[in-house]
Amino acid sequence: MSREKLTFHGGIHPRGAKSLSKKVAIQQFLPQGNMIYPLSQHIGAPAVPIVEAGDYVLAGQKIAEAGGFVSAPIYASVSGKIKGLVNHLTLTGAVTTAIELENDHEYRSVEFPEPTDPKTLDKEEILRRIGEAGVVGMGGAGFPTRVKLSPREPEKMEYILVNGAECEPYLTSDYRLMLERPEEIIGGLKIVLQMFPKAKGCICIEDNKMDCIELMEHLTADEHRIEVKTLVAKYPQGGERFLIQAVTGRQINSSGLPADAGCIVNNVETMTAIYRAVVYQKPVIHRTVTVTGSAIRHPGNFDVPCGTCVNELIEAAGGFVCPPEKIVSGGPMMGFSLFNTDTPTTKTSNCILCMQKDRVTAVEQMACVNCGRCMSVCPEKLIPARLARFAEHHDSAAFQKWYGMECVECGCCTFICPSKRPLAQSIKSMRQSVLAERRKQNAKGGK
Amino acid sequence: MADLLHVSASPHIRAKADTPYLMKMVLAALAPAAVFGVVNFGPRALLILVLTVVSCVGFETMMNRLMHRPDTLGDYSAVVTGLLLGMNLPASAPWWLPIVGGAFAIIIVKMLFGGLGENIMNPALGARCFLLISFAGLMCDFSVPSGAFLQVADTVSGATPLAAVKGGESIHLLASFIGYTKGTIGETSALLLLLGGLFLAVTKVIDWRIPASYIGSFAVFVLLFGGHGFDLYYLACQLCTGGLMLGAWFMATDYVTSPITPMGRIIFGIALGVLTGLFRLFGSSAEGVSYAIIFCNLLVPLIERVTIRKAFGKGGKA
Repeated sequence: MSREKLTFHGGIHPRGAKSLSKKVAIQQFLPQGNMIYPLSQHIGAPAVPIVEAGDYVLAGQKIAEAGGFVSAPIYASVSGKIKGLVNHLTLTGAVTTAIELENDHEYRSVEFPEPTDPKTLDKEEILRRIGEAGVVGMGGAGFPTRVKLSPREPEKMEYILVNGAECEPYLTSDYRLMLERPEEIIGGLKIVLQMFPKAKGCICIEDNKMDCIELMEHLTADEHRIEVKTLVAKYPQGGERFLIQAVTGRQINSSGLPADAGCIVNNVETMTAIYRAVVYQKPVIHRTVTVTGSAIRHPGNFDVPCGTCVNELIEAAGGFVCPPEKIVSGGPMMGFSLFNTDTPTTKTSNCILCMQKDRVTAVEQMACVNCGRCMSVCPEKLIPARLARFAEHHDSAAFQKWYGMECVECGCCTFICPSKRPLAQSIKSMRQSVLAERRKQNAKGGK
Repeated sequence: MADLLHVSASPHIRAKADTPYLMKMVLAALAPAAVFGVVNFGPRALLILVLTVVSCVGFETMMNRLMHRPDTLGDYSAVVTGLLLGMNLPASAPWWLPIVGGAFAIIIVKMLFGGLGENIMNPALGARCFLLISFAGLMCDFSVPSGAFLQVADTVSGATPLAAVKGGESIHLLASFIGYTKGTIGETSALLLLLGGLFLAVTKVIDWRIPASYIGSFAVFVLLFGGHGFDLYYLACQLCTGGLMLGAWFMATDYVTSPITPMGRIIFGIALGVLTGLFRLFGSSAEGVSYAIIFCNLLVPLIERVTIRKAFGKGGKA
């Protein structure tokens, strides 16, 4: 059977490097050390702690309440004693308030209610369970899923897209999840489809994961509301805007949300979290993490309780073959480089990538020769070379006129630049400064 | 501490191809036509090529030292400029002409504007036009130096096939296509230049849009206004002679002095084709490629301004 392969304009083909950990099944991981739970693991208001130092908590017990409408609660992932609030470095390089928990190595869990058939639940109850479980976008952004599933005009939602593109090199956590727990992903999708009766479900997978595509097609053969979409393997296919365009042909820009195109996009891991939250009322306390890279002895995929420190995961993967020069949380294209490994994983950590050599600091930056490669790979159809120059001159008017605010910071331009210029980085900081300027203006206007 | 981790903003990987690699690819694509020129015109041609390359490299190093700027020889752009300039000179040129040309290309056209990436004209062509104006006699002397392999019947002393075409004489088309004819060192072999250009287009070093729209629009112009009607033989003579192939594939596609937008590149190519046609058919000289390209180089900022692409989701095509 020939499949239609969907794609988008621009993009790059970096070396996949997925074979390092592709074949390794997800292993259960039990943390030995203390756990750190940053209160801000999602987009929106930080969670508010509801435990005090000395409290004994079980795995699955709520330790922080959602801090607002756009927020998510946080749960303990092992049993133990709360040590208190600490300021701790997070994977993104910021220092935030976190709850520290002393692991008692008993791994005792709260009792969960009997599984419920989602069909017996109404929309409000499903949303309540998803919100209560602290489900957030687990592909990396961490946007609270309850909010995403509450669009202003629910009847206009036509597509529920399950993002299994996993276009970043090295990452295999979504791949393993699709192979090992496809029924949870499909179960999660069915629950969302139940909430949006007019919508069609699409499981979107890149063509470098044909086994996942075949498996999903097999499992959804009798589901008339679910389709499996094959995507050309190309970075950044997993970007929300490009996924929507590839599958539906619709385009959204920086001023629109997927809901404006009648779409709701959720990562495969988020779908499993929705499934567990609704059927078992289990909160998000663990997730799949790929530990990989040339510096790792036994790259693999782990089912990791959130809050585990990175160094424990590295030990679990056999430790280092040699001291790494760089450790990245997330993929090599958009991930954050870590200051140290004493940093906790969160609901959004999908990969710990340890590189023997950091080639980025070794390359020599040269003059821009105007070759246009950045422009031809830009999925947003921008001219990164010009935008970076405007950014260097801090010419905010020209930057915005040449659509600088549309940049999604995918990094394709920096990757491809033959003169090795940090285009995406310049554009990113200019965007942030323009956004800050706009906020200031709005605040003034409000008074 | 030796075991400190590197911290930098994403992305954390880079593509392999860098600017020196691209420049070396251009050199490789030019090599067959240059070697052919040396075989065609003899050791004198080799001397000219060596002199232009060495003087371009030397003047760039000198300027960098004088301006206290880091050395930029590693990007190989000066070598490309030197080779292109040499290929644009006649083999009979006196030894000092390539050096004066190299100085003008590097010092005036390139370095005074800020070096690689900042020049507004193609340095090699800027220098060629400067030499054409200043030393017209020397630049248009296409007599074949001694020791040359080329034994073209020297009936019309100094006339190139293009001049012959303009003069209404018939030329040997196959000889012009292969390059067994008169002209500047590197422009004679349309075949080898075409192969080199296609090699660069296929390996995506250059964008096919510029040569395609340039040659295409020039062909249309010649058919419309050439005064020969729909005469494909005449068209082929126009395409295979003069600096068209060298200009279209290697000079007009210079990254720095061509538009960055895809639509801009097509407009740029069409403007080049029309101007080359105008200069060749209605100008006083038979040649038109060099002036057309440096003139269009100056139009680049304007072309870019009117061809900014609409961003994704801003109403443009998918």
